[in-house]
Amino acid sequence: MKTKGDGRPARMAWLIAAGLVAALVGIGCGGGGDSTSSDVQQSVGEGEGEVDLIAWAGYVEDGSTDPSADWVTDFEKQTGCKVNVKVGNTSDEMVQLMRTGQYDGVSASGDATLRLIEGGDVAPVNTDLVSNYADVFPGLKDQPYNSVDGQMYGIPHGRGANLLMYNTEEVKPKPPNSWSVVFDPKQAEKYSGHITAYDSPIYIADAAVYLMKHEPDLGITNPYELDDEQFNAAIDLLKEQNEHIGEYWSDYTKEISSFANGDTTVGTTWPYQFLTLKADNKPVKAVYPSEEGSTGWSDTWMISSEAKHPNCMYMWMNHILEPQVQADVAEWFGEAPANSVACEPKYLKKGPFPDVNHCKKYDAAGDKYLDDLHYWATPLSDCGDDRGDVCKDYTDWVQAWTEVKG
Amino acid sequence: MRLSRPTGILLRLGVGLTLLFIYIPLVVIGVYAFSSATTLEWPPPGFTLEWFSKAVENAGARDAVLTSVEVGLIATALALVLGTLASLAVARHRFFGRETISFLVILPIALPGIVTGIALNSTFSQVLGIPLSLLTVVVGHATFCIVVVYNNVIARLRRTSASFEEASADLGAHTWQTFRFVTLPNMRTALVAGALLAFALSFDEIIVTTFTIGAGQETLPIWFFNNFARPNNLPIVNVVALFVIVASMIPVYLAHRLTRDEEGAAGARGGGAIAGGDAAAEATAAP
Amino acid sequence: MEAADVTASARRSAGRRLAGLFHGRPRLQVGALLAGPIGWLAIGYLGSLLVLLVTAFWSLGELSGEIEHTFTLDNFKTIVESPVYREIAGRTVAMAAAVTVADAILAFPIAFFMAKVASPRVKGLLVVAVLLPLWSGYLVKVYTWRTIMSGGGVLSWVGLGAPTDDLVRIWLVMTYLWLPYMIIPLYAGLERIPNSVLSASEDLGAGPGYTFRRVILPLVFPAMVAGSIFTFSLTLGDFITPLLVSKTQLIGNVVYSNFTTDLPLAAAFSIVPIIVMVLYLLIARRLGAFEHL
Repeated sequence: MKTKGDGRPARMAWLIAAGLVAALVGIGCGGGGDSTSSDVQQSVGEGEGEVDLIAWAGYVEDGSTDPSADWVTDFEKQTGCKVNVKVGNTSDEMVQLMRTGQYDGVSASGDATLRLIEGGDVAPVNTDLVSNYADVFPGLKDQPYNSVDGQMYGIPHGRGANLLMYNTEEVKPKPPNSWSVVFDPKQAEKYSGHITAYDSPIYIADAAVYLMKHEPDLGITNPYELDDEQFNAAIDLLKEQNEHIGEYWSDYTKEISSFANGDTTVGTTWPYQFLTLKADNKPVKAVYPSEEGSTGWSDTWMISSEAKHPNCMYMWMNHILEPQVQADVAEWFGEAPANSVACEPKYLKKGPFPDVNHCKKYDAAGDKYLDDLHYWATPLSDCGDDRGDVCKDYTDWVQAWTEVKG
Repeated sequence: MRLSRPTGILLRLGVGLTLLFIYIPLVVIGVYAFSSATTLEWPPPGFTLEWFSKAVENAGARDAVLTSVEVGLIATALALVLGTLASLAVARHRFFGRETISFLVILPIALPGIVTGIALNSTFSQVLGIPLSLLTVVVGHATFCIVVVYNNVIARLRRTSASFEEASADLGAHTWQTFRFVTLPNMRTALVAGALLAFALSFDEIIVTTFTIGAGQETLPIWFFNNFARPNNLPIVNVVALFVIVASMIPVYLAHRLTRDEEGAAGARGGGAIAGGDAAAEATAAP
Repeated sequence: MEAADVTASARRSAGRRLAGLFHGRPRLQVGALLAGPIGWLAIGYLGSLLVLLVTAFWSLGELSGEIEHTFTLDNFKTIVESPVYREIAGRTVAMAAAVTVADAILAFPIAFFMAKVASPRVKGLLVVAVLLPLWSGYLVKVYTWRTIMSGGGVLSWVGLGAPTDDLVRIWLVMTYLWLPYMIIPLYAGLERIPNSVLSASEDLGAGPGYTFRRVILPLVFPAMVAGSIFTFSLTLGDFITPLLVSKTQLIGNVVYSNFTTDLPLAAAFSIVPIIVMVLYLLIARRLGAFEHL
């Protein structure tokens, strides 16, 4: 049936196809980029049956990782809201996931919160609907990273610091008390190929924190607001460090397994990985370097502006602030709780790693660390001081990070 | 073919080394499936069968396998239809743009998966405003599976002459009858081989899937991705992987037998002309 | 008989009527056949590639980081001016070439054995043996290689020593992963070489090396190019392997990490592998590889 048609319909088909493609692109140019702002919810009604969360690892535990870490099962029983959680490895991932509009809420760190607020992806939170909010430490309320013009955009979850973790058998002779073991070339070379760092542009701030102490001439006061000179110094430091890095981690389990099998011996970590390795009897320790301080996070539960299950989300936000839940989470992850009542011994005693001194250790009331703990924040071009508008914004950080890794 | 001794030995050595290279990691996976440690330690501290029962009980694993099978079947079906249509057009007709079709068809699989992934993701979420779901995954998979079916079918169509179809038409069969009784039987094994390969591609695909899958869903590769992360589920991952390897021996062998038989038979019976002609005659005899 | 004829002609089925529409109208046949596939591929797939291309010209809102539909060439400027992107692109292409060569060398003996030497039963078993790894889960294989190559893994266990160089590690794993995609086209291509050609070469006095270089290689070259399309393209876009076994970035990693934060830049950089592969495909088609896929 080979025929020699003149091919006219086929040609027309191509033309139609081309036209449709052009139309598709046209739609693309026209649509998109809208931001939905929403009003504050006024009341919490019936639960919708489920809630979709984006959370940091270890924040939403249902007993499947470890039976002693479970604050989801009874929530599901009490409210009928089934919890679906997606673990985000970096703030960037969380922002991008929230933008899809398919999740109800997120435990956002300070380097994500403002981006979400500005992008219209999250709705303001009516704190009156969250009964436990009253007991939150005052130092966590109405902060620049979780509120705008006095309107709260989330419920504080807890806060903590990034720590320096090291293998006690490999890192000798003295236990390190400073980030110089990973940043000072003379010290870093000893562990070359076995050093790790967090795989996110926000890690540039850790280099800045180091420089704050070791190159004071640069005059860095805020590690998230760096002008040209300070920024380039930080990038150069990171490029030098890159030569000694064994691998970067963003997946916390990758870091756990690397430390466990000895491929990595020193580097930055969240307390969670350290606690997990310690529970497995691995020879590791984690310190908060008193010499320079560290970066850290203060996390906030935010509700999506397109939440399909807003009532369940409010119920979750209240539940996560319950004193016992706060004590459990704080001990499980290794951070300071947001709810002051959680620090009472009766709650701390019943957590997965019972310790009545937990809140003191992690400085829950917020006095000890304040000066040299720098919570993750979104870098803006407006330096926020008398330098004006010359600082690097997050896009610059992202591009520089590609350069750092080579 | 006969080879001299040294060449023959050298060749067999090469084959052996390659097979060793291919299978050592698979053996390691098998060993890990029985290892008693929850991390990927080597050598394994001990052996146990407990992960097998845990794997069977694990709802996430079961659902992921079912989802992957579902997605694979639908994507394969779509690829079969689209690939066959395209190859029929190219093999049996002449028209403007005929040469570009083979280029167009291979593009989705030749362009890196991440490009296809982010292109589809951008189109779905930003341009069309469709939420990501299994449907979008199917669309992505079907797109790069078309070429597998297309190549198999068009190779077969090129080998079988169009004269059978013309003969069928001359004997009074209309287009559908010709297709059903002449073209399709000739293509059958090519279709099956293409379908099996398409299913395999879809089943193990992760990169495009990552960018097109919806919030709560998991195909098997995605489940692997999520569960390598969880220390308690890690051994189950190895068990599931082992199970998939063993289970897949059957379809792979089938595909091979089918394509091989067809070529052999075609040679022996003179191209199945009689079979095709008989069927066509039968069809036109009935009112 | 007449009654039957009447009934037969009266009951012209819908199928026959529809077929009548198409009969003698080849253009309509072609149109109907192509509507589905072309619609899907040209409109759907090419359309989404175009969307990606257009995205490369957009910019990001400063604080929100959301995409704004403001035209800018900055993304392309960054890629061209900043040396790191050129390095990464070059590194990826070189890796793709290295992996392709390694796979071709590894694939040839087994493909030849399967095509020319093995008995039908062994051939069948070998085909299954070669295709089986494709089903074992890409991620599982990469993680397994990670442990094989680690300090306490199989390679050090047998005394070979664990490779520490990032590029070697990536090369090893990718050579492993894409090997079946090279073996199958090579095997098919070798099968097509008639045994008579090889015997003739032998009769004419050529040794195996000469036969290989002057007879087999040229004949099987298009099939090798066909296989290389896959090894090349898979290497060009992969980000999982470099991420899991090294700290190096390939093109895929840059696109992946920028996907969440700076989609326009990711889109702009992804134009690079598109161009490379389109060129590669054009060359491959010229070399006759499309017949061997």
